Amino acid sequence: MTTETTTPQAPAAKGGPDGEESLLSRFTQNLWAANSVMVTILSIVLAVVIGAILIVVSDATVLAKFAYFTARPSDALTASWDLISVAYADLVKGALGDPEAFAAWFDGTGTWQQAFGPLSETLTYAAPLVFTGLAVALAFRGGLFNIGAQGQAVIGCITGGIAGFTFGLPVGLAMLVAMLCGALGGALWGFIPGLLKARTGAHEVITTIMLNYTSALLLSWLVLQKGIQDPDRTDAISKTVHEAAQLPSFGGVLRVHLGIVLAVLATAGVAWLLNRSAFGFELRAVGSNQHAAKTAGISVAKTYALLMAIAGGLAGLGGATQVLGTAYALTPAVAGNIGFDGLLVALLGRNRPWGTLLAALLFGALRAGGNRMQSYSGISLELVTVLQALIVIFIAAPALVKAIFRLRATRLTRPGASLVKG
Amino acid sequence: MANDHIDITVEPGEVHALLGENGAGKSTLMNQLYGLLQPDEGQIVVNDEPKVFRSPRDAIAAGIGMVHQHFMLVPVFTVAENIALGHEEVRGGPLGWLDRRRSRKDVIETSKRYGLPVDPDALVEDLPVGAQQRVEIVKALTRDVDLLILDEPTAVLTPQETEELLAVMRSLTAMGKSIVFITHKLKEVKAIADRITVVRRGQIVGTATPDTSEDELAALMVGRAVSLEVDKAPAEPGRNVLKIANLVVDDDRGVRAVDGLDLVVRAGEVLGIAGVQGNGQTELVEAVMGLREVRGGTVELDNENLGTMTTKRILRSGVGYIPEDRSHDGVVKEFSVAENLVLDMYDRAPFGNTFKLDAGSVASNAAERIEQFDIRCQSSETPVGTLSGGNQQKVVVAREMSRPLRLFIASQPTRGVDVGSIEFIHNRIVHERDQGTAVLVVSSELDEVVGLADRVAVMYRGRILAIVSPDTPREELGLLMAGITNSKQQAANDAAVQQAANDAADQRAANDAADQRAASDTAVQQAGSDAPEEGTK
Repeated sequence: MTTETTTPQAPAAKGGPDGEESLLSRFTQNLWAANSVMVTILSIVLAVVIGAILIVVSDATVLAKFAYFTARPSDALTASWDLISVAYADLVKGALGDPEAFAAWFDGTGTWQQAFGPLSETLTYAAPLVFTGLAVALAFRGGLFNIGAQGQAVIGCITGGIAGFTFGLPVGLAMLVAMLCGALGGALWGFIPGLLKARTGAHEVITTIMLNYTSALLLSWLVLQKGIQDPDRTDAISKTVHEAAQLPSFGGVLRVHLGIVLAVLATAGVAWLLNRSAFGFELRAVGSNQHAAKTAGISVAKTYALLMAIAGGLAGLGGATQVLGTAYALTPAVAGNIGFDGLLVALLGRNRPWGTLLAALLFGALRAGGNRMQSYSGISLELVTVLQALIVIFIAAPALVKAIFRLRATRLTRPGASLVKG
Repeated sequence: MANDHIDITVEPGEVHALLGENGAGKSTLMNQLYGLLQPDEGQIVVNDEPKVFRSPRDAIAAGIGMVHQHFMLVPVFTVAENIALGHEEVRGGPLGWLDRRRSRKDVIETSKRYGLPVDPDALVEDLPVGAQQRVEIVKALTRDVDLLILDEPTAVLTPQETEELLAVMRSLTAMGKSIVFITHKLKEVKAIADRITVVRRGQIVGTATPDTSEDELAALMVGRAVSLEVDKAPAEPGRNVLKIANLVVDDDRGVRAVDGLDLVVRAGEVLGIAGVQGNGQTELVEAVMGLREVRGGTVELDNENLGTMTTKRILRSGVGYIPEDRSHDGVVKEFSVAENLVLDMYDRAPFGNTFKLDAGSVASNAAERIEQFDIRCQSSETPVGTLSGGNQQKVVVAREMSRPLRLFIASQPTRGVDVGSIEFIHNRIVHERDQGTAVLVVSSELDEVVGLADRVAVMYRGRILAIVSPDTPREELGLLMAGITNSKQQAANDAAVQQAANDAADQRAANDAADQRAASDTAVQQAGSDAPEEGTK
């Protein structure tokens, strides 16, 4: 017979105070303790609500109507509602598709390309984020904070891009080689901090941040070098990637390309690696309790080095996808912010592979929708960045979300908080 | 439900022991008394006055203090700062400055008055565990409490520190303070308590007096008869399995911890290492397991050199290992029971290979071990962190004993484990010995070493001082553990061992008879049938 008892102290944590518990592990615990799905949805809702307030506040004409709010409140409220609903409708239409465009396609007055254009944009923006998000999430499961996804992605851009316009290989093979070069470049850039951590204990947060700068500066310098810079141009842009090395896009007109398919495959691969492979077992053991892992004979140093190389390889693939699928040439800003956005995507996806994929799709949708919102409703694209940031803030503070929605605080299921005894 | 209609009363000047297994609800009860939890029903009466405690502040105001199992001290603060924390002496109004001198004086005064020496200027992180606990007690006493709750105070103490603590408790009760002493250690209860209340599954299952025998108390705690003596046949030692010669190992700070140690463990015997903690036992075991660098000397397993092998290879060449700190080194708490059961064999058939795991065989292995080792858990997918200490330890034991072994090393195999599981784990260790495995047991509980071992090696300052029979009188072992030996004693060792064995056997027979008499005289009340009318809930 077993009785369930909850005690406020963790009896399992015998042997003195847990001074070893790092900030990272407490952070993870808080992250996992919350009822993830509910908090994620509510975070998005909250972010949308605050975004709505920002939309109203930043519109002068609507704001003017609030000046005589007490006299005729309906004026201000109607105007606000119109503004918000149109803006968000544009966001959704820009991300998923405009019903009118679909109707036009059925009538024969429009093309399917117009109908699926928005979705194509969403997937285009999402593809590299899936890779960088996975790079962060995977490292995190092994107990490493990979802030360096940005740098690894930049190196992936460089090696993938250079391979793309240098080697004259047949269709298919050229693309394969270029993607592989991107992965290898990123893997090397991830392996360096992994090795430093394994050998010297250098903290990966510091080393990866430094390597982010290094890679960005390397890219800026490289695109102006002879043999890399486009000979017909004077500005900082490289030669164009051979057509054979470009990721094929669907339908010719749409921007969406093979990258999103590869991203889904990568997600499946990472999920398999984490849950079904021997290395995944090792990295999860090291990530949860490296002392127990070491005692069980797992080499912590080897795990760190290999894990960072794999994470770097994923981020490198993200960078290569950006160059070979969207940009087709190297510029100093070719990688954009995909590495840093990958951090947020991993956080939003709670470091689970499929969660990361969904989060990347959401970020891609916000970005694509934001473009339409800017051009149709005149609302700054920055609002999207604000929405992304708000979602992440709320997710990082589950207690806040629960307090706002008066959720009955679910008892933290921290290990040791409850115990089963005979 | 953690507490189900419990009534207890604490008289002034008494030590009231609350005895129960891990998770029986002792701490929950005391946390209500200290205002950390609110009871759903029932009330607390202090000096004939009903009270409601919403927070520890209320409890302290009513004269109740508590020393937690896990100390609530700030490591980087000094002793005086820690004691002042929460009721700091402030000069110059609410936004004034701290009166450090006054806090210091308070500490010195309290520590003098109660005979509890603490250095007010020492940093808490520099103090040994026993001294930290003294700081906690002084902290409670500066709040002028009449009732002190000590939650498992001896779990982290060495035998010497435990003795000191018991002396402190005696002097406090002599000054009229009451103490509630929460524990699951029977010897200490018998040594100090005036009254004993036994708790099981949230209910009082009996009250007893200190002259109740240990066996009886254990039976009350667990709910069935348990044997505290380890039941075992004489050992039949075989070949030398583990040979350690002139071993030198450093500790984390680079200080020599094991200094030229020689030791042999034979097949089919249990060699117990006795010694005060911190004499190199931890480093010795870690060096054998490849977890710590060997600075000199050799470690051989059946003539293979372990010194140059990785931990993985050592584990795979037939060595089983229970690390001393289970939650730190033994289990991954976030992992399921099934995953923890293959933590060091995950990439070997049948559980998997270099690349992938076989989920099916991991699950079937878990089902089998849970059955075989009586691991109480909801399912094999439950995270190990939610299991009780005893069951977590059974997971480690099950994992390490489920492959053919040549050498089995158990470091503190029953630390923080309830009585019922201790019996089980001891029996498994003896069973492993009987199958011809060489067993090395390291424990800070002398009872455990003596009970399990066929030979006892006393370790002192990184060396084996002497190897004696487990029947050696305690006084003699105590002297050896303190490093006191003389050559005459050494010479007469063999004769003494023989003599001691006979004496001890006689002594034990006499004890048993006495216990039985005592047991029949003692009225042990069952299931709270005699609950006090006016209770302190």
